[in-house]
Amino acid sequence: MATVTYDAASRIYPGTERPAVDALNLDIADGEFLVLVGPSGCGKSTSLRMLAGLEDVDKGKIFVGDRDVTHVQPKDRDIAMVFQSYALYPHMTVADNMGFALKIAKVDKSAIRERVEAAAKILDLTEYLDRKPKALSGGQRQRVAMGRAIVRQPQVFLMDEPLSNLDAKLRVQTRTQIAALQRRLGTTTVYVTHDQIEALTMGDRICVLKDGLLQQVGTPSEMYDTPANVFVAGFIGSPAMNLSTFRVENGDAIVGDSRVPLDRDTVAKMTAADQGDVILGFRPESLDRVAPNSPGAIAVEVNVVEHLGSDAFVYGTTPTPVATGHDVGVGGSGDVIVRVDPRDVPGKGDMVWVNIRPGEQHVFSAATKQRISVAAVKTDASKALKG
Amino acid sequence: MPHITGAADAALMELPWEIPLSAWPEERIAALPRGLSRHVVRFVRHGATVLAVKETNREIAYREFEMLRELEKMDAPCVHAVAVVSRRRTPSGEELSAALITEHLAFSLPYRALFSTALRKGTLNRLIDALSVLLVRLHLHGFYWGDVSLSNALFRRDASEFSAYLVDAETGDLHETLTTGQRSYDLEIATTNIIGEILDLQANEDLDEGIDPFKIGERLESRYTQLWAALTETEVFDTNIPYRVSERVRALNEMGFDVGELDMLTTPDGTGLHIRPKVVDAGFHSRRLMRLTGLDVQENQARRLLNDLDEYRAVHLEISDDEAFAAHEWLTSIFEPTIRAVPRELRGKLEPAQVFHEVLDHRWFLAQSAAEDVPMPVATASYVKNVLPLRPDERAVLGRSLAEMTAELPALTDEFGTTFERRDPFENDNTYAWGEVPVPDNAEPPQVQRVSTKVPAPEREPLSSEIKERDRKAGVASAVAVESAIDLESAVEPDEESEEESDSEESGF
Repeated sequence: MATVTYDAASRIYPGTERPAVDALNLDIADGEFLVLVGPSGCGKSTSLRMLAGLEDVDKGKIFVGDRDVTHVQPKDRDIAMVFQSYALYPHMTVADNMGFALKIAKVDKSAIRERVEAAAKILDLTEYLDRKPKALSGGQRQRVAMGRAIVRQPQVFLMDEPLSNLDAKLRVQTRTQIAALQRRLGTTTVYVTHDQIEALTMGDRICVLKDGLLQQVGTPSEMYDTPANVFVAGFIGSPAMNLSTFRVENGDAIVGDSRVPLDRDTVAKMTAADQGDVILGFRPESLDRVAPNSPGAIAVEVNVVEHLGSDAFVYGTTPTPVATGHDVGVGGSGDVIVRVDPRDVPGKGDMVWVNIRPGEQHVFSAATKQRISVAAVKTDASKALKG
Repeated sequence: MPHITGAADAALMELPWEIPLSAWPEERIAALPRGLSRHVVRFVRHGATVLAVKETNREIAYREFEMLRELEKMDAPCVHAVAVVSRRRTPSGEELSAALITEHLAFSLPYRALFSTALRKGTLNRLIDALSVLLVRLHLHGFYWGDVSLSNALFRRDASEFSAYLVDAETGDLHETLTTGQRSYDLEIATTNIIGEILDLQANEDLDEGIDPFKIGERLESRYTQLWAALTETEVFDTNIPYRVSERVRALNEMGFDVGELDMLTTPDGTGLHIRPKVVDAGFHSRRLMRLTGLDVQENQARRLLNDLDEYRAVHLEISDDEAFAAHEWLTSIFEPTIRAVPRELRGKLEPAQVFHEVLDHRWFLAQSAAEDVPMPVATASYVKNVLPLRPDERAVLGRSLAEMTAELPALTDEFGTTFERRDPFENDNTYAWGEVPVPDNAEPPQVQRVSTKVPAPEREPLSSEIKERDRKAGVASAVAVESAIDLESAVEPDEESEEESDSEESGF
């Protein structure tokens, strides 16, 4: 068990100007499940491979515990990469499948058996140790594969998109299993994914990266309720947050025909560079349907309705533009996503009217795109999140 | 409709994409030896070729397709990616996995097939050597494999060695150059996987217990390290520099590598020179042979053929000045007649260049026992008559011997007799862990009685030795009265043989 520290670690590929990972500072606590997430090319996999020793660290340092591993070979780092899929050898017993790699490491026989038994206990495989993989169910086989990594008893587990080759259903099951197993083992784990839902459901903390730069680190609910900038706001949460630029008059943001009152502190943080605009963000669940033509309501024409079990979402456009800012680059296309009651969904082409729930707006600087509102925005959906 | 990208081959549309691969009709499936694999992989007959079809998810299929194409462009030893099939649906609208199609490498063998036949001493070592060369070559191209193993490679006979080819690029990544960490981790994975594979073979008693898997693992590491060092090491020379530089280049050529660029840097004190090969390409001999003769063969085969060509030049002094002309002469008077001497029905056994290599070996043995030189036509005739018929068929597209090979693979199939055993829902040759595994339902699985893939051997003219054998048996059983007839036959036979021989001789010399 160990902490992991990235100390201004950079990776600059030969022949490129912009670092793939730019001065990453990150402290990962002992036993923590940290998820690195971001769009492709953001540097998340590179960051993980720097820790694994597969990418050189061109500047800065990386520590595992107190040990500087910046220039240590992968096999000497006491770290285990967990694969998407391990081969299970059909003619070897479950115990041999789990333990044979230890033989290579010259661990003695009784110690191997001990470690295999300990791992089997955690994985509920004790009674299958002397059977062949053929005799196991799919779930048990997955656990044997995990067992191969566990018996090595590494300081840190690394997982790079381990679920990418599974279908949607199996992915949901397996992510729950991995998270539960990590909690039982208490081994520090760094997990890479492009899928923010995976990040929100699995991680103790989430680290969002973009273009090699750290955007924000926090618990799932911190990321959801107080995104540090427009990028994180738009990236975390599904469906995505509605974001657009609005003019501010007398402390109110002008949204179409209505006014959204902003905090005095928030308004005070605006600068000349903002040109009197702010970027507001609303989660789909922060919009309430109201009676047609209610005063101040925003009209939304329904393009698509998505049913997701207990929720339904309307993907629509506003026939009359509501964005009032100078530069409506962010979400300025007039697209709006609204959560609606699944028992009362409008049809395609219908018009619905919505109001923004008071106080559920995220406010960002139009110039710097950084968050300027202070209060965390709790919505219905954020209750389910950890942290 | 399925969506096919990659191949300019409309006939691919006709394959039954609306059916899960595991349930494709038997007549489509070519019975080929196969290795351990992560996904459902089946070999499918398609015109004159055999395709390997792998079911996987769409992103992975496209990624691997692009990667294989990229590697192929760089001339890396890997299989040819044909196409990706996505948007597959059953008639009832159920979605099916995407499929990656690659071309089966003709005359290639998965390692398990090599273990199923009596394993010649040293075969395992040769496989490991081939794999280490493959790994070095891929690393030189900047390819991080991520899952190096014997099952993720295919092997082709290459003179007395093997050449290895990358089959599964799913876990790989292409980089500008690899870091030391990436290379050493790839090597570590390789060692672990190979030891696992050997332990598994031993657990199934396919491989002698006396072989130490850990030694084999070490061999891979040391082979790899040696070769990598030879190809990339910086040396410092301070005397006799031109000689030392050309020595270094010659040594690399000897190992089968071309040196495209050499980095030379004067030492700070100005008295010496650092040299480091910068661009090295495998295939020094095969490129030279290609240039001279147009023959496209593997590296060690090329080496063997070039040796023979050199010998030919040494004997034929009148043409030895002009290398290109001598090569042409050698091709038309030695190589081609030898290959033509192989009867059509035996041509699926080995690649032509491999046949030539074996004829040269055979000639050496004949000469040893005869204590004098044996001419090529004689050696060829003797090889075709006595050696080649006994070799297994390895082209892997013909029906007959393939089915035999499959039957020789108890580790992989239960295809004994004419019916298949009912498959256990969990039965899977490729017991991979995180992949999809069917959940058993309580209902009895449907009883499918499949026809064997064992295709009866096509009729062929009996060889003269077989006729003799048959007649000998008939002769033993029957009365002495027929003796005169046998005499007659055996009297005729040598004539037939000499006719065959003189045939090849005519075209040969």
